Amino acid sequence: MSAVLKIRSLNKSFGGIKATDDLTLSVEQGELHAIIGPNGAGKTTLISQLSGMQTPDSGAIRFRGRDITRMAAHKRAHLGITRSFQITSLIMQMSVLDNIALAVQAGEGHSFRFVRAARRVAALRDRAMALLERVGLADKADFPTVALSHGEHRHMEIAIALASNAELMLLDEPMAGLGTEESAQMVELLRGIKGQQSILLIEHDMDAVFALADRISVLVYGHIIATGTPGEIRSNEAVQHAYLGEE
Amino acid sequence: MTKMTRRGWITVIVMALLAVLPPVFYLTGHAFYLDLATRLSILGIATVSLNLVLGYGGMVSFGHAAFVGLGAYAVGIPAYHWLYYSTGDWAVSGLAQIPLAVGITALFALLTGLVCLRTRGVYFIMITMAFAQMVYYLIVSIEEYGGDDGLVIDTRSELPLINLDDPLHLYGLAYVSLVVAMLLVRMIVNSRFGMVLQGAKGNEERMITLGFNVYAYRLVAYVISGAMCGYAGALLGNFTTFISPEMMDWSRSGELMFMVILGGTATTIGPVLGAVVFIVIEEVLSSFTIYWHLPFGLMLMAVVLFARGGLTGLLSRTKGGKE
Repeated sequence: MSAVLKIRSLNKSFGGIKATDDLTLSVEQGELHAIIGPNGAGKTTLISQLSGMQTPDSGAIRFRGRDITRMAAHKRAHLGITRSFQITSLIMQMSVLDNIALAVQAGEGHSFRFVRAARRVAALRDRAMALLERVGLADKADFPTVALSHGEHRHMEIAIALASNAELMLLDEPMAGLGTEESAQMVELLRGIKGQQSILLIEHDMDAVFALADRISVLVYGHIIATGTPGEIRSNEAVQHAYLGEE
Repeated sequence: MTKMTRRGWITVIVMALLAVLPPVFYLTGHAFYLDLATRLSILGIATVSLNLVLGYGGMVSFGHAAFVGLGAYAVGIPAYHWLYYSTGDWAVSGLAQIPLAVGITALFALLTGLVCLRTRGVYFIMITMAFAQMVYYLIVSIEEYGGDDGLVIDTRSELPLINLDDPLHLYGLAYVSLVVAMLLVRMIVNSRFGMVLQGAKGNEERMITLGFNVYAYRLVAYVISGAMCGYAGALLGNFTTFISPEMMDWSRSGELMFMVILGGTATTIGPVLGAVVFIVIEEVLSSFTIYWHLPFGLMLMAVVLFARGGLTGLLSRTKGGKE
């Protein structure tokens, strides 16, 4: 196995608060690596630095051996990193299909194409439809995005992440705000994706994490205190003390 | 797609009326109405192009009058210099002036857009306005071209086949240009480029994460819009034959913006409808009273407050629900 993503000694502070503190982590090829940690542990800050929305103060991020620490966000997407948002981040005014088609379009090189109507480009529409079928939303394709439920929005996020065929998916709390049944559906969906792409999953839902992850890292105050298989993490004393015990 | 929407019908009806009524009025001796229609068609081109960035792109530009003004001066200044030279048999000054107007405004949009588009929200509004005011004061300071007294254009642009001194020809050109502008913007917003532009309006962060260089897409839209406004300015200069820095005052930019919002943003007909209603109401009210600004302002406020989606939204709403 080779590492798709390597993070070494990453630091990021906001004022006096260290959101990321000497963080070192790797995601192997095809692995689903989960990061857990209490609220405010710096999980979303980490994802933002990986996707390029924030720049680390120091340290290095390497993707497939290439240094991407300070690379612009839109360029990382072209390299093969995709992210889903903790707070649903969709284009609410557009239809469900349009949202997904834009994600497909993003993978087709530049979009400085002014003449042909995008909605008539079969390659975009068909691919988007196929993705919607995969996440179980094909029947809602023509709905305005705003009309869908929160759970359906989460599924759209996954479809968008899949659209790019990215080598690495950064999933920021895909279960956030989902009910028990919806969470179970999401776990099934992610289980189907797992193995085809490398996934860095940030998640609060412990049942989901332990059901899905190959490895788990525990993040506390911006620092990783333990990394291991679900079994190892469950029995790790430091983890139990810092985190699991409080739940 | 075969069935026409209500909005589609409104578009066809408004444009058909604009094609037929003004020439009929003119030919029956009411030249004033053709004048009015020419002015609102030219302003319509400006509002349609402003709508590309404002309505579809979510970029609230408060400086679009500068493009119109620059376009007009691109006609006026060459006319001023060539005035006493013989033009010869082949009189085609328009073929130089109009591309000059488009080129200069495109360049101005590119240079200012590079800076403006680094900002968001209210800062974008302020900086676009600041650049427009810079051009305004630049023109005011050039005595040669009349400063703030303005400049009279003695000879209109000369074009093959079209005689701009003939009001009907001028209107024909303005009207056809307006239709082309509408179709052009419509084509752009429905294209892949347009989808990116609209997506960035809806959710910029998402579009960046997907891999779109939103800044570059916005810049291209801004340049297209500026160049189209420059073309409108070239026509406006030929129409009024008098140009002054007042054309690019910030309040003019505000009026353009208002026409777009009044008519309905992000629609094909909205900006045109806004220009028509704005100009007509202004004309009617000012004929009754010199204090026409007050009732006019109140009416505009009412539209903004009570008719979401502007006049287009109001008209295309069906009974019992909205379409």
